[in-house]
Amino acid sequence: MDAVPVAFELMEASATAALEARGIVKRYGEREALRGVGFSVHSGELMAVIGPNGAGKTTLLTILAGIARPEEGEVHLPNGDVGWVPQQAALYRRLTVEENLLLFARLESHEDPRASVEEMLELSGLSDRRGELVARLSGGNQQRINIAIGLLSRPVVLLLDEPSVGLDPRQRARLWQFVSTLAERGTTVIFSTHDIQEAERYGKQLLVLADGESLFQGTPEELRDAVRREAPEAASSDFETAFVAFLHHRGH
Amino acid sequence: MRWLLLKDLQILRRSPLQATLLVVYPVLIALLVGFAISRDSDKPRVAFLNEVPADSRVSVGQTELPSINVDDRICGRVECVNVDTREEAEEEVRSGNVLAALVLPGDLVDQINSLSTQNPGTPTVEVIVNEEDPVKAQLVDDRISSLLAQANLVIAKRIAKEGGKFLNLVLNGGSFEVIGQSVEILGLRASAQILQALRPSLPPGALRESLDQVIRFTVLSRSNLDVGGVLISRLTQPIAVDKQVVSASTPPLEIFAIAVAATLTLTFVVVLLVAGSLALEREENAFPRLTRGLVSRSGLLGEKIGLGIAVGLVVTLLLLAGLELFVSLEWGRFGLWLVAILVGGAAFGAAGAALGAAAREVRTVSLLAFMVSLPIAFLSLIPSGAIGGGLYDVIEVVTALFPFKPSLRAMTAALDSAGPGIGGPLLHLAALTVVYAALARLALRRFAVV
Ligand SMILES: Nc1ncnc2c1ncn2[C@@H]1O[C@H](COP(=O)(O)OP(=O)(O)OP(=O)(O)O)[C@@H](O)[C@H]1O
Ligand SMILES: [Mg+2]
Repeated sequence: MDAVPVAFELMEASATAALEARGIVKRYGEREALRGVGFSVHSGELMAVIGPNGAGKTTLLTILAGIARPEEGEVHLPNGDVGWVPQQAALYRRLTVEENLLLFARLESHEDPRASVEEMLELSGLSDRRGELVARLSGGNQQRINIAIGLLSRPVVLLLDEPSVGLDPRQRARLWQFVSTLAERGTTVIFSTHDIQEAERYGKQLLVLADGESLFQGTPEELRDAVRREAPEAASSDFETAFVAFLHHRGH
Repeated sequence: MRWLLLKDLQILRRSPLQATLLVVYPVLIALLVGFAISRDSDKPRVAFLNEVPADSRVSVGQTELPSINVDDRICGRVECVNVDTREEAEEEVRSGNVLAALVLPGDLVDQINSLSTQNPGTPTVEVIVNEEDPVKAQLVDDRISSLLAQANLVIAKRIAKEGGKFLNLVLNGGSFEVIGQSVEILGLRASAQILQALRPSLPPGALRESLDQVIRFTVLSRSNLDVGGVLISRLTQPIAVDKQVVSASTPPLEIFAIAVAATLTLTFVVVLLVAGSLALEREENAFPRLTRGLVSRSGLLGEKIGLGIAVGLVVTLLLLAGLELFVSLEWGRFGLWLVAILVGGAAFGAAGAALGAAAREVRTVSLLAFMVSLPIAFLSLIPSGAIGGGLYDVIEVVTALFPFKPSLRAMTAALDSAGPGIGGPLLHLAALTVVYAALARLALRRFAVV
């Protein structure tokens, strides 16, 4: 597949943190969804957030996106905007694919909204279905539009909540290729996923959450080491099985 | 079956709002309808002032009729609020505490008595009404005419009966009491017989011809007076009504009907549209995406209310244009129509936004909009005085909290050139707009995140 065209301005990759979170606590009534989570990502880095259901991944991303407010802790974003792609598609189902994209391109005050729409249609591979109502699209295709809209904000940090769910292998590959290109050009990408292999392959940094606690932050290699150390009995199994054993050892 | 039933009950228990509505709403509607039917058609409240001296009696000729006991008769038909002065009566009417006031002036009986004299007067009762809306005016008119018809019927029957006695006396003769003394009256029938008997004893000539004339007269009178008896029994409407209108701002009924139609249209179009489209933002998960820097929450509210006003304006104007086919409207007042629709639309829009922000799904919101708007519109159309004072006060307060009644007033004022000013209702609507917009803004804070 050809390189995906992108319109984002080149950003100088620097070693400074593009986003930093410290001691984040989020409560829903009695339940603590996050208990003091902190991390930092550098510009152009891809960070995967993994962990079991209800670990707090979505909660963390919505806080980073500025939608939810944490009870404690702070988020540092030195410059620029955060783009956000929610887990549940945020689209107008009674508008067509093209109308959805055009609306958000206009709201983002793009100079040439129509050009941005073309670009995103091309990117999502839905050019030939531009005139169709979103409600008629398959779940995977809706997800493609969902992501494309998140990209319209040309963010410095892009947050993707389980972006590959429901995508076919070809679309997945396309998505990650596009995301990698973004990262190469300086966009920081934080994504959550339940696919450990995906996290390992694309994430330069991994953040492991369980029950609102941050269990690990580091590179995939470092996680492998930690897993080998803490769950030696599963060291010979595949990474996913080893990861589950690791969580088990940590009491989750 | 059993498990399905259990499941439904469990779900119902988990949705307290739905469960409460399910119970409260039908009860509320039932009470409303019950009240409307019973109170409205049963006994309207009427202030009653009887200035007639207690010992005066209606008399026919020299016979006094037994007391008719006006108070009981009237107060059996309406709920009487007894007042002592005319001012008090007027005040009761103006405040809407009563539908109308009935004043029986002190000379009423004298006037009625004068009916049987050479110089008949016009006995008049005074009615004070407050015709703030034409539905009410009609209601009052109906009540007055039926009350009056009843009173007239009573008096007419008495008069006819007494009058009939006299006629009978004149026709057939008999005895008749005057100040304790019995007087014998010959009667026309007997007179004619006597004259007939006398006739042969008179010699033919001028004298006999004169007698023949007298005989013809008595016979003719008898038959004519027989007819007179029938006429007397047909005596109607001896009492006239002097109707005083306290605040006469009644628009013609058809203008009022148009105002009601226009306001109802505006209500449903704007409330449903604004509430629904705001709830849709949430249902489509778009709300967080939008409010992350793309649009401010207040901006979003403004957009929805603006949408409601624009569509409400178009639909309401279309309705008015359509009605123009049947009734002619004063298009010269178009500017005022616009103002009434725009300001009313803003208030409905803000109320719809508050509703849309408070509820979760479009379907719930639409249902709620109907459930709230219909009874409010219904309550707003109840005329004052048609129901008990305390209850009416409650209704006044409740309807003042929603934009329907002020919007209806503004619409009526805009359509009716003879109507009251539009300023008051507009101010009322503006205040409601501010309050509801603030409520909506507050509710948006709670809009769920993802
Ligand atoms: N609006 C809410 N009200 C109450 N509790 C909530 C709310 N949103 C999330 N939670 C709770 O916070 C915790 C974290 O939820 P979150 O959605 O962040 O998990 P997650 O890691 O994204 O899970 P998944 O992998 O299933 O998407 C869960 O226990 C969840 O029940
Ligand atoms: Mg999640």
